[in-house]
Formats: sequence, structure tokens, C-alpha cells
Amino acid sequence: MNLWKKYHNAQTVSDALQALAEAPGTAVLIAGGTDLMLDLQQGNHPPVHTLVDVTAIPEMTALEIRDGELFIGASVPHAKITKSQIVQEHAAALATACGLVGGPQVRNTATLGGNVGHALPAADGTIALTALDAEAEVASLEGRRRVPLEQLFAGPGESTLDPRGELLVGFYVPLGESNQASAFKRIMRPQGVAIAILNTAVWLQRDAQAEVIADVRISIGPSGPVPRRLRKTEDTLRGKIFNDETLAMGVEVVVEEANFRTSRHRATKEYRHHMAGVLLEETLSMAWLRSHANEGVFV
Amino acid sequence: MMNLQVNGKPIEIEPQPGETLADLLRVRLGLTGTKIGCEEAECGACTVLVDGEPVVSCAYPAERADGKEILTIEGLASLTPNSYQKVGDRSDELGSELHPLQEAFITHGAIQCGFCTPGQILTAHALIEEKPDLTSTDVRKALKDTLCRCAGYPSIEKAILAAADAIRTGEPVAPPTIDLSSKPLKTIGDINFRPDAIEKATGTAKFTDDLIFDGMLHARVKRSDYPHAILESLDVEKARALPGVVCVLTATDIPGENNHGLVIFDWPVLVGLGERVRYMGDALAIVAAESEAIAAEALTLIEAELSPQEVVDNPVRAREEDAPDLHESGNLLKHIKVRKGDVEEGFADSDITLEHTFYTQTTDHAFLEPECSIARPTEDGRMEIYVGSQIPYADRNQVARALGWPEKRVRVMGQLMGGGFGGKEDIAGQIHAALLADVTGRPVKLLFDRQESLLVHPKRHATQIKLKVGAKNDGQLTAVRTELYGDTGAYASLGEKVMGRATAHSSGPYEMPHMRADCYAMYTNNPPAGAFRGFGALQGQFAIENMMDRLAEALDIDPVELRRMNALQVGSTTNTGQILRESTGLMECLDKIDAEMRRLAKDDGYESPFAPLPAPRSPHLVRSWGFAVAYKNTGFGGGAPDKASAEVELYPDGTLEVRTSSAELGQGLVTVLQMVAAEEFAMSPQRVKVLVMDTDLTPDGGPTTASRQTYVTGNAARYAAKTLREAITTTLAEKYDQPPDQIRFVEGLAQVNGHKIPLGDAVALMKAEGREPRVMYEYWAPETQPLGEGGDMHFAFSFAAQAVEVEVNTRTGEVDVLRVVVANDVGKALNPLGLKGQIEGGVVMGVGHALTENYIIEGGVPFTDRLARYRMPNITQTPEIISFIVEHPTEDGPYGAKGVGEIVSIPTIPAITNAIYNAVGVRIDRLPVDQELIVKEIGDKY
Repeated sequence: MNLWKKYHNAQTVSDALQALAEAPGTAVLIAGGTDLMLDLQQGNHPPVHTLVDVTAIPEMTALEIRDGELFIGASVPHAKITKSQIVQEHAAALATACGLVGGPQVRNTATLGGNVGHALPAADGTIALTALDAEAEVASLEGRRRVPLEQLFAGPGESTLDPRGELLVGFYVPLGESNQASAFKRIMRPQGVAIAILNTAVWLQRDAQAEVIADVRISIGPSGPVPRRLRKTEDTLRGKIFNDETLAMGVEVVVEEANFRTSRHRATKEYRHHMAGVLLEETLSMAWLRSHANEGVFV
Repeated sequence: MMNLQVNGKPIEIEPQPGETLADLLRVRLGLTGTKIGCEEAECGACTVLVDGEPVVSCAYPAERADGKEILTIEGLASLTPNSYQKVGDRSDELGSELHPLQEAFITHGAIQCGFCTPGQILTAHALIEEKPDLTSTDVRKALKDTLCRCAGYPSIEKAILAAADAIRTGEPVAPPTIDLSSKPLKTIGDINFRPDAIEKATGTAKFTDDLIFDGMLHARVKRSDYPHAILESLDVEKARALPGVVCVLTATDIPGENNHGLVIFDWPVLVGLGERVRYMGDALAIVAAESEAIAAEALTLIEAELSPQEVVDNPVRAREEDAPDLHESGNLLKHIKVRKGDVEEGFADSDITLEHTFYTQTTDHAFLEPECSIARPTEDGRMEIYVGSQIPYADRNQVARALGWPEKRVRVMGQLMGGGFGGKEDIAGQIHAALLADVTGRPVKLLFDRQESLLVHPKRHATQIKLKVGAKNDGQLTAVRTELYGDTGAYASLGEKVMGRATAHSSGPYEMPHMRADCYAMYTNNPPAGAFRGFGALQGQFAIENMMDRLAEALDIDPVELRRMNALQVGSTTNTGQILRESTGLMECLDKIDAEMRRLAKDDGYESPFAPLPAPRSPHLVRSWGFAVAYKNTGFGGGAPDKASAEVELYPDGTLEVRTSSAELGQGLVTVLQMVAAEEFAMSPQRVKVLVMDTDLTPDGGPTTASRQTYVTGNAARYAAKTLREAITTTLAEKYDQPPDQIRFVEGLAQVNGHKIPLGDAVALMKAEGREPRVMYEYWAPETQPLGEGGDMHFAFSFAAQAVEVEVNTRTGEVDVLRVVVANDVGKALNPLGLKGQIEGGVVMGVGHALTENYIIEGGVPFTDRLARYRMPNITQTPEIISFIVEHPTEDGPYGAKGVGEIVSIPTIPAITNAIYNAVGVRIDRLPVDQELIVKEIGDKY
């Protein structure tokens, strides 16, 4: 019983889509494969007929500034994103998040597309992209479409994409501007499961004159079945002066808004509540600090 | 066809369905230097470089490597920079074909069991290529997920830094700074590299799974789906009918005895119809097939009907009257008692009593090499077993019993072992492989995958320890009473012995007039528990060392002073009635650590080492120190005869060979034996070969457990060498007509009356006299007394003290261990490089036990069913370790040495929890430390 019969190294997006559609048996996309390979080996995923490898498709391994946006191909491995100067500049939260996923070896193969495609509510890369207001480019044999990140997720581990007919080509992230910054933090438990207890990504824009939070986006995982923004918390903070009082208000709302649950051997709901406050405060503060450092750098 | 470059050579090869890069390299290209530790992308042992980047080859589809360049450990030496100069004075020992990284790993003692070494070196190589002027931080970042369970992380880090320096400058690799014995002899107490280090560094070292025999079949085991059940029916016909399946066996097919065990034969080789399944790892049927994949598929076709029974999932429940009996003898494996004086009188006499209950968790050895056994029938009707085992002769006995054969028909040939730590003492796949090989007449390999390894082999006993202490106001202990429950799981394994040590060590290395301990070692439906570095003494002393700090606080006495006041010294009587006559270096350990801790704390601005020190700009990060001491027996003790045999032979080329069945699991016994023989003959250790773990060729050294091998087999080798030397002396004295005391051995030559005679000549002389130039010596350690009878329960104890500095994040509850200062009374430091590895590894394992490791079982079902759910410390969690060697020689030990393998981990754990209390005021009574609990208890957080 082989875990797969045929391995197809796709050369282009349409080549991959065709291979997916035309395989005589089950066909599955493989990017880094650091989750899929284990699922296959441990019997958590049934053996497949064809694996369609998308890691050598040039379009999907691009990482560049394209028409006023940052484009990160879905097959770009985490290590490359973390080390990328332009990601550090325009999407610091993502650079940090990608540097925390797995270990060094895994980061050399595991891709951002895989991180998002798994649709897990606390995937580090996904949480960062959500706060950065990223959009995904989705390809099918019919054509391409752009989808706001939050619309990719149907439930825990379930994406809205058609597994035999669609694939993630890459992600567009708005370029950073003066007085904008982002940050990412997470908390782990040293025992048991190596999944974050909580992770938090914040993007904000500072009003340099009034020292207020002109705009803010917050994403905390897992705060519900799918990765999402915490818009009530954002509304609470938007337009406020950055001080301890504002932070405290944010912390109060976040606990109300997020749907924290107890997960076995990872964390109690109560600890998550407490930590959400700590992470929000620390992440907001870091982004705020960075927004000063970013004064003028993007002009 | 795919085309790739492997180690600079172009390879054109037909892809195979479902093949990983690791399999392509290991199986089809024969590059077995790439190791498989988990197949979960967790451990990093299988790391190779693809286009210069480290990847885990176990989760890398082979076909993705099409068109890429692969570097494995076998190809590294050829990449040595031309500018690089070899180590000057050691180059003859190391040979020439080494990359600076390989050389540095060897010279820095960064190699122990060696299973992780290829992955470590390749990960480091990629880092150096990317960043030639790397720092310690870079190393820690890059190696985060390349795990080393011997945990020589500090040595690994220093080796990489030294190699990077050498590559950058072209200078030789700088040697490490190693504390030698305070009184080194010629070889003993000085630096000696592991004899297997070169092959481990270059990837040529063969572990069991690296062996392939013609016609070899692959075995898998069908195990239970329930922790407690009766096997009602078993249908293996569909599995038998699967093409490629050669043999399926069930309990009725066992020709000999169906039970195995190390002390009590209570563990079924295969559970029979109508019989009881006692844990999830119980075997129901075994399959041998042409490939591993077919064998695995066959397991899915076996239909077993089991009727589930009430699961006994903890030892307290197991002792209740209405609990179901798991064995005919009931659920009590052993009630262990220690009695000294009258504790009630002691408590009445005390000014203060404290009582508390502590809990320690189940942990797994997580040696990086999963168990592998190969059984091979020979033409003369015998069975060879290739296996990494800590007790080769016990394997032989148990395999022979199951086959119904005399023991001598079985030959166990021990292979290099990728770590053991006590977890490779019991039978894993040896018997199953032998049964299948016997029926099929073909070699059979039974390799556990990581998940099976986690499920099957015995763990560390989880314990519940109720402890009451009484003391005078001045701190003098008056009485200690302990009640222990030990979860020995489904089968006895070494449970009675482990919990015996837990009980006897449960009042710590202190003297008190009254002590009473009762321990209940109970069977449950959890995985069996058995030997694991620390062997009960670890659990018992977690409780008492925690309690000593509580007592110090209650009495307002400095915790170090309280320990000093009660510490065992020469002349003390232990709780089992043993009078310590010598080699009791606890006070020196304690004093050294106390002084160093106070010096370091003062430099850092601590008011007292045990006061909290918040970080100036981040007051939520609070540091403090914690202190603990420990002792640990060397050898079996308790009246068990403790002997080991070794044979030493002189060859015509003037080299020596030491032979013993004692096991090398990475800890360095082979190095010690090499040094011992070299010392006795005053020759270079490079001229001594050591053969271990072969029941045909090596005499029985006994189990490699209880920190005993340096002592017992070290002595056996020493006396064998000495006796052989004396025999040679006699021969030469007669030949040259000189008094024997005029004959000296220098630099591998015998000096007689000004002549220098090569030792090989002595071989010819002895043979001419009809004498064989070899001596077998059976060493019997000093007699010990059973528990309860007073007298010497053990022939030696090691002692240790440690101070640990932690940093606690008061917002998150996270704990970081920053520094560990350790002192170990080892009697005599025979092999300082190996000793350093044992100390580093011991501390890091202690950190793991305190903070990260937890084998979680829920109602008899392991939640920890894969490595991703068992966190062991990585290099980023490794503290700075400052070590002091204390040498209070023990009279009968070889050159004064006693055991060190286990003691180091023991004080680390309570020292960490004591430090946490000193930092943030939270008492930890349950392991591992729960960061949630810390946050919760610090304040009204939630």
C-alpha cells in the first residue's frame, strides 16, 4: 500500500490544475508537505493516487512588489518570507509569524500557501495575513479571482476552495505607508501539543499629530472556528489616544468579542482570556513603537 | 527517470511510488548516515541539505529532489576547505578525512550515542555556509529542531563555534576547556576521544536499522485497541492471504513460554484467546511480509474482538478493594517498607511538622533511535539477534524461553544504540522477530516506528508521594514519614526495584533518627513503567527537596544551611541503617555550589540568591535562584549479587582487546574500558579495542542500569588487565631471569633490564609456554544487604548539589532556566570528556522533566501517541551549565570511581521548582510545571 502512486512536479498553475482535474484517482496538491506527508504516513489521510507538487511553479514562488502591492507566492517557504527584506519592511507581523512556525528545517519547505490552505484557526501565518488585510489569488481552470483572506475559511480545517478545481496562487498585502506598522506575538505551552495557545497580529496606523490610533486591525487565533478579525475591538481602539487606559479598554472588549474555549492539554478558556489581554497589549505596544520607527520610511 | 546530485555525484534513478527522500537515500542509495528518528518532521535526525538548505528528509517526497543537489553526512568531508589546517597534536588519532565540523564534534565531546550527529553536523554546515561569522544565538536558532536526547547541547554549540572559527581563519579547531580529574593518572582522568566518534561523525556508524540481510522480511505487530479487555476472538486469515505476507503468528504458535520479563515473567509475548489485555501496547498477532508496507497493510486485515473491561488508570484506584484484579496475584506488585526508629516518637519530639503531597508525571525516554530488532536463523540451527539492548544476556534468556530453546542456541549481537536511558532494558521486538524468523527460516527485521515506541516500552513511574517531616526549631530533622504510590503500569518490568529506590531515597540525603516509608507499587492499565535514568530516586527526591525549602521558610533558616545541618556525612547512618564509612562528598558539593551561587548572585545585584530580582526594564520578568541536593546509589544493592565479567586479551601486534557484554548506549562505557586497560598497561588507549554486547564473544557484564557499569565492569576490566599484566610479567621475568618487580610497562612496551620488548613478543612467549595471553575476570562488587535488614544496602552512593537560576514571566507564567551550577561527587573522574556529556545531558533532562516532558495518558489511552505530543528540551531551552567535579574516592571503585549516569538530573528538578517559588512565590507540587498555575497563583489574574 503506497501512500501515493504518481507524483507530478507541476511546472505552471494550469499544469497543476489540469493534473488535479485529470488524475484517474484521488489527487491532492502538495506544497511543502510537512503536514500532508505526516498525515499520509500516520494514516490520518488516506493514500492518494496523485500528488501534484506546486513548489517549482515560478509564479507561485515569486516574492516581490507588484503594482503597488506586496505579492507572496503560495509556494514561498516560511524561511524565505522571514528573511525577506521587503516582507520585514511592509509586513513585519508576517515576517515574525513565519519565523515562529515549526523549526528551521520545516520552515525551509513548509509554505505560506500550506499554512493558509489548512484553514486552522490559529495558524501563525494566516493570523498575520488576516490582520494585514491580505487578499488571496485563487486560480481555477476557468480563471483567476481575488478573495479577501477571511473568506477562504469555512470551518476549522476547512477552506472554501474546491480541492480538485482550485488552488492558491499567492497573497497580496498592501504596502506599508508612513506611520503604519504591524506586529505578531504568540504564547505556547512547553508541554504537549506544539500549537500556539494564542497568537495575535496587529496592524495599525498612527496619527502622528494627535498621537491617536487612526486605524487598527486585530486578529487573534484561535478566537473562533476560523481565523478572523476582531472588529469590535478594532472599533473600540480606533481614534483613541494610545495610552494605558485605551489598552485596558481594548483588553476588556477583546475578551468579550473573542470566543475562547478550553482545549485539552493546551489551555483553559480562563488562561486564554488572560493571555489575550497580555498579547493584545504587548502586540499593540510593539506596533505603536514601530509606527514611530516607520515614520517616513515608506515615502 | 529523475536526475539528482547526491554528494556531488549525478544519480539517475527511476522514481518509486510513495518514496520519501530519506528512504531513497537510506534504502536505495545505501547512505545510512541519514537517520530516521520519528517520521514526524519533529526530531531533525534525518536532516539533509537540499540545494544547501537543511530539510527533514523523512517528510520530503523523493521525487521533489529531481534536479536538485543533495548533501548527506557521507559527502561532507570532501567539502573541507583547502585553507583549513588539521589539529596538530591529535591528527594521528583522528585520521585525515574529516571536515572541521566533524573534527570539532569529536574533540569537543559533542558526540555521545551519535544518532543525531549527522543531522546536527549538516544543519550546522548549512548555517556556517550562510553565515561564516556566526554567534551562539545563530547556532541556537538554527539547531532548534535538531534534537539531541543525550542532550550534549552545550558541547554541540561550542563545537560548532570552534569549527566556524577554524573554517574562517584556516587555523586548527580550538580544543575545548575540560575539567580533568584533580589527580589524573597516565590515561585515567585525562582526555580520550570516544573510539566510535569518527564513524558516528562521518555517517559510517551502523545502527540496527542500517543493517540489511539477503531475503530479509519485515515484521509488524498487531496491538490492542483497548487498555483493558479480554481477547474474545482473533481472525488472521485475511492477513495471511494478502500477497507478500509470509507469516502471521498468534499466541498458540509460540513454541516455548509465552511470558517474558526482567524479574517477574508476567508480560505476554502474545495475548491468547480468552486472555487479558492489560494495556494498549499488548501484542495480539505478529506479521512478517516482504515489505514493511505489506506488513502494515496486513495488520489492518486482522480482526480482533475484544471485550472491554473497567480500566484501572491510577495506582490509588488499583489498591482499592473493588478494583478489578489485573494479575492473578492482584494489583499490588510490592509493598516496600523502610523503618528507622519510631516516627511517632520523632514527630512528638519535633517543634514543627509539615505535611504535603507531591505528584510526578509519567515520562518517556524518547531515545532518538526507535527500537529495532533483527532475528536471523543461521545454517547451524541457531538464532542471531541484532539489537541495541541494555541487557544482552537477558535478551538471550527471554528469546530462548519463548523459542523453547537452550539459551546457547541464541546469540545476541548488540549494535550501536541511539540512546537508552533505561528504556532499552525490557524486550521490545526481539522475541517477535525471533519467532517469525524461526518459522520462516528467513531474517526478520522488526523496527518500531516512533508511535509504536512511545506506546510500547516502559516509562518512568508516575508517583504520588505524601510526605511528613518533623524538625526542631534549630532545623534538626527529627522524623520523616513518606507514603508513595507508584504506577508500574500493566507489567512488572523493574517496577519493584524502581519504587524500592524511590522509597529508600524519599527522605533525601539526610540523617534523621526516625524514618518510616511505605510504598505501594501498583499494576494499572497504563503502559508499563520501568527503568529510567534516576530510577525512582528522582521522584522521591523531588518531594523531599521541595519540602526542605518549605521547612527552611517555616523555620526562617537559610535553605542551604538547613541542608548542611542534616546532610549525610562520613559516619552518618542512612534511613536504611547503613553507616557511611567513606566517599560521602555531599558537604563539599553543597559548599562549592553555595559559594558559587552566592558569588554569581552578588555580581548580578541580588539582595540574596533566593530573593526575587525583577529585570530593570521589564519588571514582569523575575529571576531567582533555587537550591537542591541529591544522592543516588551505584549498583543494584539491596542484597542482589552484583557482578560483572570482562576479558582482556593481548594480541601479537601488541594491541589489547577488552570484551564484555555490558552495553554502550552513548554514555561512554567503551571509552572508560579502553582507558582502564590502557592505564593498566601504560599504553596509548588507541591500542586498546573494546568489544561489547555479544553473548557469544563477550562474558556477561550484567545489565547496564543503576549507574553501575563504570564501577563493576570497570573493575572487571581493570582486574582482568592487571592479572594479564602480572602473567606477562611472570613470563618475562622467567625468560629474562629478572625479579618481576624489575619489569615495567611503558608506552606499550615491556622494559626488562634496559631492553624494550614489544608486547607482541610476550604473546609468543606465553603461547610457547602453553599459556593464553588473555584473562577473564569475574568481579563481584562488595556484598549488600536487603532493605529492612540494616547494614550496607548499597556499596556506594554518588552525591550532588545544584543551584538553578530561573526567570519567570509573571504575565504568562513561562519559566526559563538560565543557569545551572552543578557539583557531583563522582569518586574519581575517569573520563572527563564523557563525564561532561553526562553532566550536560543530565541537567537538560532534568530541565525537561521539570518543564516540558509529560507523557499524557487518559483512561489508559496515551494522548502522547506521537513525538509531536512529547516535548523534550531543545538547544534553545538549554541553560548555561557551570560544573564542579568533586572526587571523594570510594575504596572498591575503579581508581575510586562511582556512578554518575543518573544523579545529575535529580537535583535539577527540585532546584527549578524551588527557584520558581523564590522568584514569584508559587509552590509547585506537581510536575511538569504548569505555567497557567503560576499565573493563576501569582495574583488575581483570573
